Amino acid sequence: MRIPLNIVTARRISQIFFVLLTLWLCAVATLGATFWRLSGWQVNFILQLDPLTALGTLLATRTWYAQLLWAIPVIALTAFLGRVFCGFACPLGALNQAVGWLARRVTAKIPGARAAALRARLADNRHSPWQAAKYYVLAFLLASACFGSLQTGLLDPLPLLFRSLNMTVAPVVDAGFQALFLKPRHYASAWLLFTVFAAILGLNFLRPRFFCRYVCPLGALFGLLNRFAPWRMGKRDDAAHGECGNCTLCDTYCEGACSPSGALVASECLMCMNCLDACPKERMTFAGRASAGGEEHLPEPTRRGFLFAALTGALSAPLWTIGGLAETGKNPLLIRPPGSLDEARFLSRCLRCGQCMRVCPTNVIQPALTEAGLEGLWTPVLNYRLGTSGCQVQCVACGNVCPTAAIRPLTLDEKLGQGKFAAKGPVRLGTAFFDRSRCLPWAFERPCLVCQELCPVSPKAIYTRTIFEPIRFGQADFVAAQGSRLSLAGLPRPTVNLGSGDYYLRPAGLSAMASPEAGLRRINAAIWAEQGQTLTLDAAPDAKQGWKLSPGSVVEVVVRLQKPYVDAARCIGCGVCEHECPIAGLRGVRVSFENESRSGPGRMLI
Amino acid sequence: MSAPEHEATPPELTPQELSRRDFLKRAAGASAIALTGVGLAAALLDANGPPASDPVGAATSAKGLGDYSLPELRGKPGRMAIVRGVVPANSQAAQPDRKAMLERALAALGGLGAFIKPGDRVLLKVNAAFATSPLLGATTHPDLVAAVTSLCLAAGAASVALTDNPVHSPESCFALTGISEAAAKSGAKVILPGENLFVPVSVPPSGNIGGRLIRDWPTLAGPFKGVTKVIALSPVKDHRRAGASMTLKNFYGLLGGRRNVFHQDINGIIAELALLVRPTLCVLDGVTVMLTNGPTGGSLSDLKAMHVMAVTTDPVAADSFGMELLGRAVTEAPYIKLAETAGAGNADYKALNPQFLDLGA
Repeated sequence: MRIPLNIVTARRISQIFFVLLTLWLCAVATLGATFWRLSGWQVNFILQLDPLTALGTLLATRTWYAQLLWAIPVIALTAFLGRVFCGFACPLGALNQAVGWLARRVTAKIPGARAAALRARLADNRHSPWQAAKYYVLAFLLASACFGSLQTGLLDPLPLLFRSLNMTVAPVVDAGFQALFLKPRHYASAWLLFTVFAAILGLNFLRPRFFCRYVCPLGALFGLLNRFAPWRMGKRDDAAHGECGNCTLCDTYCEGACSPSGALVASECLMCMNCLDACPKERMTFAGRASAGGEEHLPEPTRRGFLFAALTGALSAPLWTIGGLAETGKNPLLIRPPGSLDEARFLSRCLRCGQCMRVCPTNVIQPALTEAGLEGLWTPVLNYRLGTSGCQVQCVACGNVCPTAAIRPLTLDEKLGQGKFAAKGPVRLGTAFFDRSRCLPWAFERPCLVCQELCPVSPKAIYTRTIFEPIRFGQADFVAAQGSRLSLAGLPRPTVNLGSGDYYLRPAGLSAMASPEAGLRRINAAIWAEQGQTLTLDAAPDAKQGWKLSPGSVVEVVVRLQKPYVDAARCIGCGVCEHECPIAGLRGVRVSFENESRSGPGRMLI
Repeated sequence: MSAPEHEATPPELTPQELSRRDFLKRAAGASAIALTGVGLAAALLDANGPPASDPVGAATSAKGLGDYSLPELRGKPGRMAIVRGVVPANSQAAQPDRKAMLERALAALGGLGAFIKPGDRVLLKVNAAFATSPLLGATTHPDLVAAVTSLCLAAGAASVALTDNPVHSPESCFALTGISEAAAKSGAKVILPGENLFVPVSVPPSGNIGGRLIRDWPTLAGPFKGVTKVIALSPVKDHRRAGASMTLKNFYGLLGGRRNVFHQDINGIIAELALLVRPTLCVLDGVTVMLTNGPTGGSLSDLKAMHVMAVTTDPVAADSFGMELLGRAVTEAPYIKLAETAGAGNADYKALNPQFLDLGA
């Protein structure tokens, strides 16, 4: 097969390059010791090129975040040369184009199949007034952004693609190879994310680059930015080339459905360059003049439709507020990554690109499905049950990959409240609360204390109070004693290891008379049989400590429990306790957002 | 060859010239778009990223809600009159006439004219915390509201308004307590605590009080706009957490936001409230005193008829007198001493040499 060295080939090479670059950036946006990971890679480069992100955050925050300055060259490029980004760079556009191409490949060697396929292709690529729909989408999203609710990321192809790759394709692929992570990653609602992604790709069966033509708000923005592009595609009718025969081969292969054979709809031209290649007489050109077939700029979006979309978008932001989900009605489980801004400002910046969820070494950052309400769909939320060990204290990766600083790029000093942040204290994500009806020592008289062991704060935010409690079915009759070895009768079969060191023996009812620890003797070993039980104590029972060593006197087994408490003023809400709690379902200790730093004044503690 | 500069010649342009003109126009348009992008980025550039939600550093907001005390009394002992009222033997009323008591007390202090000058704009801080009947004594009595309002207007006040940020829904509170009706009849304007009337306020430190709790805290500052005199009208009530709710606790109703977090340090916050606003005058209404089940009450059996009213320029002294009505030591409400330490008044009301008046005598 001969590959012609023309502009279409160049476009394909460029598209393949950007798809590979995207995949590569997804792969390296992971923490690890291997040299190619996060070694200064600009993992957000493609996201930063996005003028819709720049404009959306600009409207929502009234600032242009320095990291989004890469959008400027893209804007300038589009203003002069048209939607080059769509044709040559957009990785989702490339995937859409590839699927559309695969869907229409003629493989059957049936006579007439090729002609029929070309006819069908021409019908598919005919311009449709519905292509105006994406301008309505854009109007809705930008109007919503004006009122502080940034929803562009839901449909903006770049965040959408990164989200889909990061949280559906990459983890599924890597679960097989485990080249990136030691164990398969979890992402809540991955099925829904993939459904959207698969639907976008599948729609290419209906029309080539369906998403690009009808939905894509970024494409719509480009379609507005190329309004004055001095150079553009067009047809020439001049003496040298003769009149166009209207063979419509250009239309047949037009990815943007911009009708190059007739009056060209300039905003819709994706710069796929197929018409240049398809025209048998080289009448199609990319030049600094209007097409001989005439030119329109937009696919006739009606002013009313545009206005309606903008109005509903403008209303949507206040409507979120009416739901109260960012304030009084905030979900207690809405715990944002460390450095996240307060909810209102967070939602004015978050793209839902999933970079934080990808990079998080412990996999606790998850795409929210319901936690943040509809407005916060797929924004990052911490789920301490998933992942490997809560929010790692010495890690600030998420804020440092966030392309819009919805999660601020913290330094370790700021996160831990050290150095010049000492007065402010550490960044708190929430507070741990013990559920005394589920915690082992509180509810089931079982020693445990994993939570306190792993609490990473110094001094620990989980502290204990030690108590000795009689166990259920722990009473027996004294039979005889040989030094520290006691023979007992009537002790029911124990359900715990009495010789584990956590269990003690004492004369029954002694605690009421003396101190809680009066007469306690640790059980070092226990032998149980129906007819008699032998306990070896750490020392011989002492009559001076209340022991009556006469047959028939009652002794009782008590357990030493260290009951855990939270020192809320020290708890940072990292969630290690919740993650490690052995109560697998609804944990015995759980973190909710109370006292989080990002809430500002009026959090739980004063 | 150059294209003509004037607009009058298009018919003579060749298609090539037309095309060139179009190209230049478009190049200008495209440049404008690109430059708009550059200009916006340059004008709105955020090089450092957004600030944290809980910035470090000093509070930046307004300092308190103002000092409305009489300048000639600042730094000097306050003035105080305590009056005992009587229920006229031949009257149907269950309670003594608050207006008569108020007038008697004010007369002993030189009349309301000593405090309210013609043209003054007066704000009354009432306690309208609960949507309950005035009979239950949990809120400022409407008769007192009406009496103070009409006296202020008689003294030449340009306007009288009243406000509170209650616990229950504000409209219900002002209506069911009878305060709205009393205000309407006597000519006071009720200012409901609309969200836009709250602004962040900080209390500067004084002694070891202040600067700690009320920092950039949303406070009911709107009603204070243009106000020249502030009068606090407070009932005397039992309060388990604070020891008692009287004048200073009444100022809790100036706080917005999630103010209940301050109950962790109830004495600290009430002492800061004493610094948040310095009233011109305080009326402590002990006609019926809520001895139990405060500060909500709910039953007549929670109340005791004491038929006493204190009028003073010193809110701390007013509360120390209130503790006596409740039969409690001043130390049982530690915020009283804290407020004194902060310089908000005198925790021993007797040091003010109050005038004791008796309408029954």
